[in-house]
Amino acid sequence: MSEKTPEPGTVLYEDQLAGACHWSMQMRKGTSLRLIDNEGGANVGMLFYNPVNLLERYNAPDTLKCQHTFKLTKGNCLYSDMGRIFCSIVEDTVGWHETVCGNTTKAMVKEKWGEHTYQDYRNEWNQNGYNSFLVELAKYGLGKKDMAANLNLFTAVGVDDEGNLKYLENNSTPGDYIELRFEMDTLVLMHTCPHPLNPAAEYPRKSVTYQIRQAAEVAADDYCLNLRPENQRGFKNNEIFHLGAGCCHD
Amino acid sequence: MIKESTLVAEDAVDREIVPAGDYYMKVVKAGQTFRILDLEGNQAADTLFYNANDPSERYSAVDTIREQGNVYLTAGTRLLSNEQNLMLEIVADTCGRHDTLGGACATESNTVRYALEKKCMHACRDSWMLAVAEHEEFGMSKRDITHNINFFMNVPVTAEGGLAFADGISAPGKYVEMKAAMDVIVLISNCPQLNNPCNGYNPTPVEVLIWD
Repeated sequence: MSEKTPEPGTVLYEDQLAGACHWSMQMRKGTSLRLIDNEGGANVGMLFYNPVNLLERYNAPDTLKCQHTFKLTKGNCLYSDMGRIFCSIVEDTVGWHETVCGNTTKAMVKEKWGEHTYQDYRNEWNQNGYNSFLVELAKYGLGKKDMAANLNLFTAVGVDDEGNLKYLENNSTPGDYIELRFEMDTLVLMHTCPHPLNPAAEYPRKSVTYQIRQAAEVAADDYCLNLRPENQRGFKNNEIFHLGAGCCHD
Repeated sequence: MIKESTLVAEDAVDREIVPAGDYYMKVVKAGQTFRILDLEGNQAADTLFYNANDPSERYSAVDTIREQGNVYLTAGTRLLSNEQNLMLEIVADTCGRHDTLGGACATESNTVRYALEKKCMHACRDSWMLAVAEHEEFGMSKRDITHNINFFMNVPVTAEGGLAFADGISAPGKYVEMKAAMDVIVLISNCPQLNNPCNGYNPTPVEVLIWD
């Protein structure tokens, strides 16, 4: 008996990440990752690597530049530094996700919200985004040199005419979600630590639900593929990579 | 912010002309000041900084813009590392605005931005690969190549969240000057890009000067 591919949209796995947590996993090409903001005001820090060449990583400048955008939303593709697309944003009820503000650090969290150590607070400690990524990176033999500008999903930071950054409040509400369709096998690192510009008086501890879903085949009229001619070329680079002919630094 | 320098080129302890398509990789000591001079105008100098004593500490675009609360770099900007330490401060700038969002061109990103057939055209990240390969003394590799500063580039962000590549605001003789707060490796790719109107499809030399 041959194994039947589940119907597109089938939820293959579902779990939750509490606030201030981190995790990593491999996503297969042809599946998607839907992240759901359970309570509103979530932040998910995220980084991508190519599991067969860990030197290939998510590249925020390339992603923004080639799509002439500062914000990320439905239709945008998330690129590696090698001209390939890790994943496409196929659904988004939020409208704006940012990728230029980085992470909280231990010192930053202490200053903003107080140092709640593990010893004193156990699972309610004030974990920070930078250390969360360091822990997940180390599981694959990676370190701080491998870190890149990360995504901060569910968080929007605008810019005025003079270039000043502005944290946009109430960007994500309960039940809002974003869905990433993976266009190549990808190592995903994520954390649910607060955004570094979050002005909340108390350390925001916001959970998300994540679902791994069977994705539909990428059709010729696919929205992400056709958003810009750059994305068509990005998809072509993935196709060449899957032929085994793409530069992979092996 | 436009701020002119009081330093005189004749007093510089080191001067080097960097042709387009070449790289510059030198250590600037704490307390020294260095200048990148746009000789012919609208050139992009794609620049990275590393702590000379531990290159795993390096310039961080995200930390720099978040901590100053502004996406553009100019006189007064404190260039921070991935450990939030001050690496250099921009002390003079006759251009007024520099970009750190747009990154550097690569052969691979050129295929996406321009055409698949452009894949073998020279690019900044190739210059950096050669730089780290030719300077084994720094112990660096592709892992160390991160998000850079584009001196002399103008990449405005709109209130709606768009990103534009506006005409250059640099001109012949414009410069930017930085004072080092730690010993830093300065790694510049003088951008060879032939496909982008921002440099008038004409990449040109820059000069790098260092003062004690």
